[in-house]
Amino acid sequence: MKVGVVVFPGSNCDRDMYHVLTDVFNLDAQYFWHEKPLPKNIDAVILPGGFSYGDRLRAGVIAAHSPIIKDVRKMAEKGIPILGVCNGFQILVESGLLPGVLMKNESLNFMCEWTNLIVENNKTPFTNQFKLHQKIPIPIANGEGRYYADDDVLKQLKKKNQIVFRYSQVVNGSTDRIAGVCNEDGNVVGMMPHPERAVESEINPVDNKPSSLIFESLLSKMGVSN
Amino acid sequence: MSLETHELSELKSKIGRNPTSTELQIVAAEWSEHCSYKSSKKHLKMLPMTGPLVINEKGYDSGVLDVGGGYVVTAHIESHNHPSAVEPFGGAATGVGGVIRDILSAGTRPIAIFDGLRFGNIEKDQQARWLFKNAVSGVAAYGNCLGIPTIGGEVEFDECYQNYALVDVAAIGFGKKENLIKNHANKGDLVVLLGGSTGRDGIGGSQFASDSLESEDRSAVQIPDPFIEKLIIEAVLEARNQKLIHAMKDLGGGGLSCAISETADALDIGIEMDVQKVHTRESDMHPDEIMVSESQERMLIVTDKIKLKKLETICKKFHIECSVIGHVTSDNQMHVKKGKKTFANLPTDVVANATLLDLPSKKPEYLKTIENEKKLKDISDYSKTLMNLLASPNIASKIWVYSQYDHEVGIRTVVKPGGDASVLRLDNGKFLSAKIDGNPKQCYINPREGAIGCFEEACRNVVCTGAKPIGMLDHLQFGNPKDPEIFWTFLESLKGLTDFAKDFKIPCVGGKVSLYNETPSGPIKPTPVIGVLGLIDKKPLIPQKISENDCLVIIGDTKDEMGGSEYFEYIHKFIGGKCPTVVFSESKKNMKSVLEVIDNGLLKSAHDCSKGGLAIAISELCMRNMIGCKVSLEKVPGEKLDVARILFSESHSRYLLSFDKKNLKKLEDLLKKNKVSFK
Repeated sequence: MKVGVVVFPGSNCDRDMYHVLTDVFNLDAQYFWHEKPLPKNIDAVILPGGFSYGDRLRAGVIAAHSPIIKDVRKMAEKGIPILGVCNGFQILVESGLLPGVLMKNESLNFMCEWTNLIVENNKTPFTNQFKLHQKIPIPIANGEGRYYADDDVLKQLKKKNQIVFRYSQVVNGSTDRIAGVCNEDGNVVGMMPHPERAVESEINPVDNKPSSLIFESLLSKMGVSN
Repeated sequence: MSLETHELSELKSKIGRNPTSTELQIVAAEWSEHCSYKSSKKHLKMLPMTGPLVINEKGYDSGVLDVGGGYVVTAHIESHNHPSAVEPFGGAATGVGGVIRDILSAGTRPIAIFDGLRFGNIEKDQQARWLFKNAVSGVAAYGNCLGIPTIGGEVEFDECYQNYALVDVAAIGFGKKENLIKNHANKGDLVVLLGGSTGRDGIGGSQFASDSLESEDRSAVQIPDPFIEKLIIEAVLEARNQKLIHAMKDLGGGGLSCAISETADALDIGIEMDVQKVHTRESDMHPDEIMVSESQERMLIVTDKIKLKKLETICKKFHIECSVIGHVTSDNQMHVKKGKKTFANLPTDVVANATLLDLPSKKPEYLKTIENEKKLKDISDYSKTLMNLLASPNIASKIWVYSQYDHEVGIRTVVKPGGDASVLRLDNGKFLSAKIDGNPKQCYINPREGAIGCFEEACRNVVCTGAKPIGMLDHLQFGNPKDPEIFWTFLESLKGLTDFAKDFKIPCVGGKVSLYNETPSGPIKPTPVIGVLGLIDKKPLIPQKISENDCLVIIGDTKDEMGGSEYFEYIHKFIGGKCPTVVFSESKKNMKSVLEVIDNGLLKSAHDCSKGGLAIAISELCMRNMIGCKVSLEKVPGEKLDVARILFSESHSRYLLSFDKKNLKKLEDLLKKNKVSFK
């Protein structure tokens, strides 16, 4: 199974994600520079965190116009699993692949801390191994991580079961405590917290199992046993 | 920006003619205190700089330590004090950028940042709050954008920094030994300038930093662009992997003047360059401006014609500019042209090596009486005093600071900020522990013992994670060195650090001297800041949850040494008294014993007793574990002291250990065997 890790100028969690995919979950991961096309035989795509284009203008907005996003869009339409983490989520939102907006945290500061997520949708390729409402201890690290959706979008999200993760408590002022959403088909998922930072016990002060399930869900979706 | 009269005549006699205006600018930048270390260099040689793990290579801007398995760790420390005092966001941000490029220039990937921040009294002074808030934002904005975790540091407030700021940044790099850049150059090699464009920002920055701060000269502050720096890091590491780099240096203080002359001098070559080839931000820049601009995010790379093509391809991929600005010659001259016209042609050794000074020193008058203790008011309510101390900005939790720093990116951070030292995992299965410490309050009362204390405290911090100290970084920050009394405090601090480093066999792997740190109300207190790196072969001690009935042991004697303590200064507003001293033999014994008990898996946590003394160390333990502790003060080892002194003395070499009761016997046996004083 081939997983593509897209690298934009300024991506800085690409190497962390690559390490987790290859060294922890034995996946065949490959980096893809944002100006190069994605090959057809890719089974899943991950947009990692970081500061693409230095977060100039607005986080994720310039990267959303990168050539590779055209390919990502095509793959999204084909139903291929796509995960955007942190800046990757911001890029997916800015490119219109996911609904909503990501704004500055309520504190107006960058926030790096551990928090708890609640799984609200366990039908996506990245959450199928979770129990519904399972708790995930996980770190966040972002300045523009406050998810905003107006009433109409929120209604739509709820109706189509597109809210994937909620924070267990108010963290940054996100609408309805939303931490991650998916598209209507459920194959494109975006989340602000960093699962790649929480799957190894050596660096995880709480419990590495729940975050690992995000990657194990992908393996299961692809019919690969880890 | 100019040379002093005697320096000008010295330059004239060395080159046998009148210098051109460009030459004057180049030499003035390079002979500034900031670049030449002319006041301090002679004395810095006393520090031990070699050791079994130290790798020395000409032209390195960071220290290199062999950590085994074919891997190296690099480290460096810098400050950006003057710029941060006038423009805290940009000053602090570019401070991060500069030290990161020092790590990069050895060919290693930067993996961690530490910051040491000092400001005036934030409880009273609005400007100090503004400086603090914006300096923290600057470090956060730059480090976070680069994806390099800021994993530790310290923040301190003292009246002596009123209207001023000390912003120290240390960085750590990691890489394969075989990938280290072996600086060399051959005649005909090309000199390439890579990265951001050269602008008018930061002109005269190093001279600005070598003067007392009198005006708010914002034009001398560089403009930060972390995004370009991130691209440079990736491009340079890609070029390193393809072995395209013969020699490399970052552009910092002194800009091109410094990078060209120092590279040529270190490699025993000449460099001929054309300022027209330098990519600039504005079209009408004068050669003088181009030569001394300190615009950020630039690297100088020496390569050859064949490798240049590949280097250009990499730069194109990352959309960063690179210009061939000159070539290597064999005449040891620094030849600066614009087209065919020569603007400077100087021997590189003249430019790169300012005549060193041997400044006079004299013990300051104030030291004669400062150790006399005033009769202080007795305190009746210890709980209230403890609460006040816990609320002191110097002691209170710094989570507001480090939660703004991405301290986990890179997925190496095993022990996160907030405790004693932070710990990173390395690719060779080992762990690296690191901490920086400073204590101007104690250094003011006794520069020598205070400096040793900072060093020992940083060692204690890394020891608490189970690490053996392997290297030290020093950053010596003082006022105007031409004042013999200030220079004496500099020398005393340096001598203290040297004695400790030699006795404990901890080599100095990098350092910085920052002088002329003065405010309109006078010089800052002597502020040496010490970073210590420690290596852990097996597993670090990660603090575990302490539960009911666990035992507490304190190792080391508590003494009547309250000078410079938070208790004296924050509670009693009294500056003076005897500052804590480190007894080398005891310190060594205690360090060794703590490492041994950690290695034997006997502990749940180890915490160092420092600011605020035993009472604060225990309080921190309680708060972190949300638990209470019962402590018998009469059992605390050391001199017979009144309660306040036992609680708040800041004696060194003390550790607070917590462990499961079942390990008590084993622990006692081990400590007794090592003849350590404990209870």
